[in-house]
Amino acid sequence: MGRERETQQQQQQTSYTVEELVAVNPYNPDILPDLENYVHEQVSSQTYSLDANLCLLRLYQFEPERMSIQIVARILVKALMAMPAPDFSLCLFLIPERVQMEEQFKTLIVLSHYLETARFREFWDEAAKNRSIVEVVPGFEQAIQAYAIHVLSLTYQKVPRPVLAEAINIEGLSLDKFLEHQVANCGWVLEKSHDRGQLIVLPRNEFNQPELKKNTADSIPLEHITRIFSILN
Amino acid sequence: MATSADYDDRSQEIGYDPNFVPDSVKTFVVHLYRHIREKNVYEIHQMYEGSFQKLSDRMFKESPWPSVDAVSPYVDNDHVFCLLYREMWFRHLYARMSPTLQQRIDSYDNYCSLFQVVLHGVVNMQLPNQWLWDMVDEFVYQFQSFCQYRAKMKNKTEEEIALLRQFPQAWNVYGVLNYLQALVEKSTIILILEQEKEGLEQFTANDGYDYNGGSNVLKVLGYYSMVGLLRVHCLLGDYHTGLKCLVPIDISQSGVFTIVIGSHITTIYHYGFANLMLRRYAEAIREFNKVLLYILKFKQFHQKSPQFDQILKKNEQMYALLAICLSLCPQVKLIEENVNNQLREKYGEKMARMQRYDDEAFALYDELFSYACPKFITPSPPNFEEPLVNYNQQQLLSGIRSFLKLYSTISIAKLATYMEVDEPTLRTILMTYKHKTHVVDIDGKIVSNADVDFYVNEDTVHVVETKSAKNYGDYFMRQILKVSMLAIWSVGRDDRQPGQNKTGMSVVSISESTYWLSFPGY
Repeated sequence: MGRERETQQQQQQTSYTVEELVAVNPYNPDILPDLENYVHEQVSSQTYSLDANLCLLRLYQFEPERMSIQIVARILVKALMAMPAPDFSLCLFLIPERVQMEEQFKTLIVLSHYLETARFREFWDEAAKNRSIVEVVPGFEQAIQAYAIHVLSLTYQKVPRPVLAEAINIEGLSLDKFLEHQVANCGWVLEKSHDRGQLIVLPRNEFNQPELKKNTADSIPLEHITRIFSILN
Repeated sequence: MATSADYDDRSQEIGYDPNFVPDSVKTFVVHLYRHIREKNVYEIHQMYEGSFQKLSDRMFKESPWPSVDAVSPYVDNDHVFCLLYREMWFRHLYARMSPTLQQRIDSYDNYCSLFQVVLHGVVNMQLPNQWLWDMVDEFVYQFQSFCQYRAKMKNKTEEEIALLRQFPQAWNVYGVLNYLQALVEKSTIILILEQEKEGLEQFTANDGYDYNGGSNVLKVLGYYSMVGLLRVHCLLGDYHTGLKCLVPIDISQSGVFTIVIGSHITTIYHYGFANLMLRRYAEAIREFNKVLLYILKFKQFHQKSPQFDQILKKNEQMYALLAICLSLCPQVKLIEENVNNQLREKYGEKMARMQRYDDEAFALYDELFSYACPKFITPSPPNFEEPLVNYNQQQLLSGIRSFLKLYSTISIAKLATYMEVDEPTLRTILMTYKHKTHVVDIDGKIVSNADVDFYVNEDTVHVVETKSAKNYGDYFMRQILKVSMLAIWSVGRDDRQPGQNKTGMSVVSISESTYWLSFPGY
């Protein structure tokens, strides 16, 4: 009986997700190995948890001798993939400067800078030179392409094909295929431009079509008026 | 617990006898003890804010208060009262002298004992919010102070190094975070705030006090510990986690955090700073604006408060942070007239230079940021140059903004010529502008902070003018309230003479209500 209960308890303990572990023990150094494993899991299963990764970086910050450079690099690549969210700099704040001086971190910082300034050509060139750092994380390319499309959709209603090709680093037949998929699934439309080039019409949103923004006319909400009721009396 | 003898050889003050208890101190502790036992919050607050400061100014300007062992016979050797007395004793010491390492360690021990007592639910006191806030505030402050002290290893004596080794748990970062976290959890404050939304609890409505015979101590300490956690995380450079700790408190409304001005300012300062680091500039601007307006209106009532210097300092720092935010994200619409005037007076000239893109502008960002940021703590000094990095990345944006304001449509080629860059570069600048002005908010949604709206159609930029019509209705509303408030003030003035020190708490609550009355919806 006693033993049975024990194994049951153990099972219950292991059934905690890592996110729950973080929520219950945000300041407990004992969960460090779980968090490290969880980084590998995020890489292989293409999932992401900023909270868990920040928690791990925090534990590294408190006990620098336990820090694994390789795991920190994985976290940073994952954070780049979370663009446009500022996760990369959030993680960087918790990494000591002397560690940031390591070659692979310098590369990642440069990559982040190119993404922040929408210099996609330079980004893809630099990424190609550093396959060993970024390609170990599955889904990297797709994540950056998604970010590029996000920025393009904020900016363009109609984007020329070469501009899109450069931003997402896809050309020729592969691009045709990609476009076909986007047309079928994401509401993209293809057009010819006046000089016969291809134009891609991106779906409209309130950012590339400011007229869609909610109208802020000169009106006063009722709750504000109520504040002067007592005076009007 | 350290005995008074521990301090004998360390007290540099000539003539300070830790065992001598003057009559006034005797009276003070006897009365304070009685009021605490009788749960007379009003009198406790009077003695805590008033008498303690007065006695400190008169008799203990440069020396510590009498030791706890010397006063304990006058208070039935009450364990909890002695912990509270020592808490004040150390706070007074930190404020007026420089604590020795042993004293730092003892003070940490005292906080641990005090929090243990509270966490185990054996206290049945009702303490003023001001005091409970001060405990959390001081706990984090002494932690910060200890980290800075320890970081200066060079000029430590061997004796000090031995002590540091002997007490590695003193002000240990895990200990500090876990005490704050334990107070939050044990108090079930998050649940209480949730239930209050459904009308099942009366926490905010009662200003945190318990009118049913219970104790407010754990609940309110738990509440303020959420602000304490935000602050510690900011000191460590973890802004995302810091803001998460504050989520249960709705800072868009008044609450228990706004009752004590120190707590109000600390909360908003760190909230705004964390948002600045997360690039949610508009959110930072909105909250800085609100609290700066509040300080502008009500600082006069706090002139006699021991925190007055701190209020002024944070006030100045927040104007500097506001100047940074507005330079990176020009959203002047969000700023109230009076705050804007103050801002122009203090930083108008610097802000004009920050719009330029040269080394001097860069140095100005650096200067303002170093002046206004929290004093970060080691173990590892965080990289805190976010506004500088962002400034670098935004260098060309101000130029493009001013061109865009002149046109309704302009070709990419022409704009590139004006900006003196090639076309591909111009396209990246346009996209950077969009990226930098569209941020991810706390719910993960994309929000626009842009002051110029545009879109590109193939090779042409279309600028959409979103001239927000001046909000006259709102202007009149504010004027009506302003005038009516003058009437209220001139009637009620006598009650609120700060010099008479009638009731510190009612000053706060009157200023509270006028604040929310006078400033609808901003």
